[in-house]
Amino acid sequence: MRDNPVFKIVSKILFGPIIIYGLYVQFHGDYGPGGGFQAGVIVAAAFILYSMIYGLEEGRKLMPDWIIRSVMALGVLVFGGTGIASILLGANYLDYSPFAYKIYKAQHLGIIIVELGVGLTVFAVMLGLFNAFAGFKPHK
Amino acid sequence: MSINLIVLYWNYIIVIMLMMAGLYIIISNQNFIKKLVGLSIFQSSVFIFYISLGKVSGGTAPILTGIEDTVYSNPLPHVLILTAIVVGVATNALGLALVVRIQEAFKSIEEHKLLALKKEDGLKDIQIEDSKEDSAV
Amino acid sequence: MLILDNIPALLVAIPLLASAVVSLLPSARIAWGFAFVTTLICLYMAFELVGIISSTQALSYAFGGWEPPWGIVFVLDSANVYLVLLVAFVSVIATLYAYTMLAREIAVEDLPKAYAVWLLAIASLFGLAMTGDAFNLFVFLEISALSSITLIALGAGQDRRALLAAYNYLIIGAIGATFYVIGVGYLYAATGSLNLIDITDRLNELGTNQAAITGLAFMLAGIMVKAGVFPVHIWLPAAYSYAPSAVSSLLAAVATKVAIYYFARLLFGIFIDITQLVDFFLLYILMPVSVLAIFYGTIAAIYQSDFKRLFALSSIAQIGYITFAFSLNSHSGISAGFIHIINHALIKGALFMAVGIFALGIGSRATMSSMQGVGRQMPITFAGFVLAGLALIGVPLTAGFISKLYLFKAIFETGNGFYVALIALSSVLSVLYLWKIFEVMWLKEPVQPLKIDKEPASAYLPVWLMVGVIMIFGVYSGEVISSGIGAANALIGAR
Repeated sequence: MRDNPVFKIVSKILFGPIIIYGLYVQFHGDYGPGGGFQAGVIVAAAFILYSMIYGLEEGRKLMPDWIIRSVMALGVLVFGGTGIASILLGANYLDYSPFAYKIYKAQHLGIIIVELGVGLTVFAVMLGLFNAFAGFKPHK
Repeated sequence: MSINLIVLYWNYIIVIMLMMAGLYIIISNQNFIKKLVGLSIFQSSVFIFYISLGKVSGGTAPILTGIEDTVYSNPLPHVLILTAIVVGVATNALGLALVVRIQEAFKSIEEHKLLALKKEDGLKDIQIEDSKEDSAV
Repeated sequence: MLILDNIPALLVAIPLLASAVVSLLPSARIAWGFAFVTTLICLYMAFELVGIISSTQALSYAFGGWEPPWGIVFVLDSANVYLVLLVAFVSVIATLYAYTMLAREIAVEDLPKAYAVWLLAIASLFGLAMTGDAFNLFVFLEISALSSITLIALGAGQDRRALLAAYNYLIIGAIGATFYVIGVGYLYAATGSLNLIDITDRLNELGTNQAAITGLAFMLAGIMVKAGVFPVHIWLPAAYSYAPSAVSSLLAAVATKVAIYYFARLLFGIFIDITQLVDFFLLYILMPVSVLAIFYGTIAAIYQSDFKRLFALSSIAQIGYITFAFSLNSHSGISAGFIHIINHALIKGALFMAVGIFALGIGSRATMSSMQGVGRQMPITFAGFVLAGLALIGVPLTAGFISKLYLFKAIFETGNGFYVALIALSSVLSVLYLWKIFEVMWLKEPVQPLKIDKEPASAYLPVWLMVGVIMIFGVYSGEVISSGIGAANALIGAR
């Protein structure tokens, strides 16, 4: 696939808009279908497209393994950390009301943060899964 | 089973057919990957069951429009199914990872060959035979 | 205090966040240290929780500030608070044991990730024990299944059949969990709510409802798969015997017990108004199945030569005892079941840990032929192993005797002599396989030298801690008995 000019050019053109679409889905999860999981999968699809066309090593150069592992853990920490922040501010776990003065703004802020965490983790997991399966070398 | 019942409960009939198809594939198929596909079909039937439960007659999608007095379908089953889909994806991914490791360790992912192995010590290797015997389903 | 008010959420959140951090840590020792400190924190919180429940009798924690029935709640009462303490205690001991044992069975570069999944499994077990929402239970059920499968598959370094066992568990566990979800769907269609307490109220208003009964049937079928009740236990022997020894100890001790607790809560706590069907199920379905489980497990264990598989089959028999106690459908039956849940968790945990140390000693799997005389070569571990085995049979002064005593008390109340004969016969049969093990390990001469110089103290210390608790519960059994009676009170009211 590396030598086919159509694939190369189209994938390079599409890479950015796919990520933008993924971000659109992420932030419009409150108002329509979307949210963290869907957005994570879409953004990962952009990177997977790049890996499929240019090869796994190029894909690994674009997004190294250590970044993928760190983003996975970071997403979980963001989600859980929001809950811990709620506890430190005096409410129950994952209660968004202490985040802002008006209740609906607080809920909005809380949901956006946790969905961001979900999106980060799902993106990293999907990309990590693709790298693991595609780059699997039997031992011995 | 009268035509009336089929027309009234057509969604449940589809759910049951998918469920049974999925279970049958899991039980009868010899290939480990195809069993996972059967598991996916089985889980999808449950998702369809939930979402069809949530439909309100004359209800639109449960997304807030600005118009008053709109009838919305129940959004709770949608949320439950989002969670269940993620769980299904994770199960599928883990199952496929296990299949890759099984293929590497045992050189085969056909159940009948692996069952024959279990009867012996379990530490001998599987003879790699012709692929004609593998399941054609 | 901030921590004390939010313990139910923190019991799940802290291991979860720790798991994310541990997966990034570079060194195995730091990862283990982090995991161990996390389990110690959870043990402290569990003790505080027991203190809170003993004064307030029930605690309901609403996540996100949303009150039930709209939000997800964690419900704690005398039925599950001791289970939470049990999970916390066993996780501390198992993590201590994993310091040497997991490191010897898994490649050292995989250890931080293994500890991350270990902490995930512990977090999911806490969530399973505490949740009061039907669908939330499915989520924790699946997290527990997926992390257990990963932990079991880690045993592939020692024996590649662990991969097949993990795959089997995945398929059967996923079918069971999906059945559970179908049941929750029926229940939601009938009552319109997912909160367990709210479902109970609405079912009381509805009366006998076909959709609710079908829902209950599916939910019970799903939970029975996770709990290892007889016909759907098939994944259990292979999974426990090929997993790494630390993983076997943790899972055999607590993973099935939490599912059995939820089984009891479904039967006795929720579907109270469909009593006729519940009575029918208990008497004509659960009781024969439990008896079959007891005899199948015990007799298969007698013929089994691989130690870990033997104890996994013995677990099936012991779970049969617990479900038999529940099927007696009386207050003392439920108490006896809950008492045995706690005691059996400690006993099986200690037994699996000891078998792991024996296998480490000879460098291969522990079987009847390879274990000759090993009891003389590893006396400290063997002494703890024998005490745990005596507790399994039900010898007085051990915790197992208390469970058998209360089980017999519950049977005598029904006045049916046949059951007494059955349970007595199965106890005698369980002596058979334990005597076989004792004879091979102590009364025969050792045939090969040990592969290690001396028994690792950090490995037999957890065994002796568990055995110590078993002996203490055998003599000062008041706490365990009152926990069982409290559980029965919480489920069906004081009688």
